[in-house]
Amino acid sequence: MGLEEKLPSGFALTTVEKLVGYMRKNSLWPATFGLACCAIEMMAVTTGRYDLARFGMEVFRGSPRQADLMIVAGRVSNKMAPVLRQVYDQMSEPKWVIAMGACASSGGMFNNYAIVQGVDHVVPVDIYLPGCPPRPEMLMDAIIKLHEEIKNAKLGINRAKIIKEVEAAALAAKPTIELKGLLA
Amino acid sequence: MSELEPKRAIDGAAEESIHIPIAGPASLFTQLKGFWVTFAAQFKKVTTVQYPEVKEPTAPRFHGRHQLNRHPDGLEKCIGCELCAWACPADAIYVEGADNSDEQRYSPGERYGKVYQINYLRCIFCGLCIEACPTRALTMTNEYELADDSRKKLIFEKEDLLAPLRSGMLQPPHPYYPGTDDQDYYHGRVTEAHPSQEQK
Repeated sequence: MGLEEKLPSGFALTTVEKLVGYMRKNSLWPATFGLACCAIEMMAVTTGRYDLARFGMEVFRGSPRQADLMIVAGRVSNKMAPVLRQVYDQMSEPKWVIAMGACASSGGMFNNYAIVQGVDHVVPVDIYLPGCPPRPEMLMDAIIKLHEEIKNAKLGINRAKIIKEVEAAALAAKPTIELKGLLA
Repeated sequence: MSELEPKRAIDGAAEESIHIPIAGPASLFTQLKGFWVTFAAQFKKVTTVQYPEVKEPTAPRFHGRHQLNRHPDGLEKCIGCELCAWACPADAIYVEGADNSDEQRYSPGERYGKVYQINYLRCIFCGLCIEACPTRALTMTNEYELADDSRKKLIFEKEDLLAPLRSGMLQPPHPYYPGTDDQDYYHGRVTEAHPSQEQK
């Protein structure tokens, strides 16, 4: 096709997109954001047996400005929701969110006036993780699935195009708060 | 002496007994002792499980994803009674029953579960649905890798939950094993499908 045919073998060729995706996926910095019992399992993930350092993300940053992954671990009360949103806004782009556990994903068994019925009412969620609480392997599985998503993320014009599509879809979709039945 | 000062030195006895050492660099021996702990750690057995490659088996009764079981000839065990949905503390299960007929038979007895959904974003894996199930149709597997990227994908339909057809099973709907009724199914007298059960 072009340059790659003239190069001797042994050269690794890739696009900037793939290179950036590869680097981003291997240097995620989670924010310390434990809200309830799921946080205990999140802490367990950094211990020797599970060792999140194998994925290059063992350091949970205390400051959201140094983090690019928010693991919402636990139920979010209505009072905590603005705080959660502020922490998310303070994180620098690009950023991702994992809703860990049933409560963060949908409100779980707490279907009442005090608990936000899923953090996707407040922030955009990339990966939903069921479980009450999910075992450390389940969180690692969610992180690996997120890595896959980050690895295939687009850049530049392609990214702008996808953002436009997502926005159009979000405007057309039913608001989360109006969802009925099992989706609520 | 002001009014606010603590009155501990009234007798004068406690004054000379308190001695606070001045902080400074630790002795060489103390430092070496600390480094030794770090050094010796590299000869210890590694406890890390290399998760995505090596998967440690869970406890045998681990509460994982649900499964809807079948009778040995392939008929579904679920009778659509909704007891699991009633038992669920998180309202994660939705069941709609429908009537069996001799032409369209999905399970032994009168009724079967036509719609069966479990919302895994609500489910807390407590197992109360399994305790409630009168026919052992609903059980839990040890599968736990469930994370996904949308709410819709995490509502599992009946097709996702049903156990696979094993050898000797036929895809329902199909009639009873010849010469049996629902009681024979519940007493375990049907052990495999009969060729005549296959529906065209």
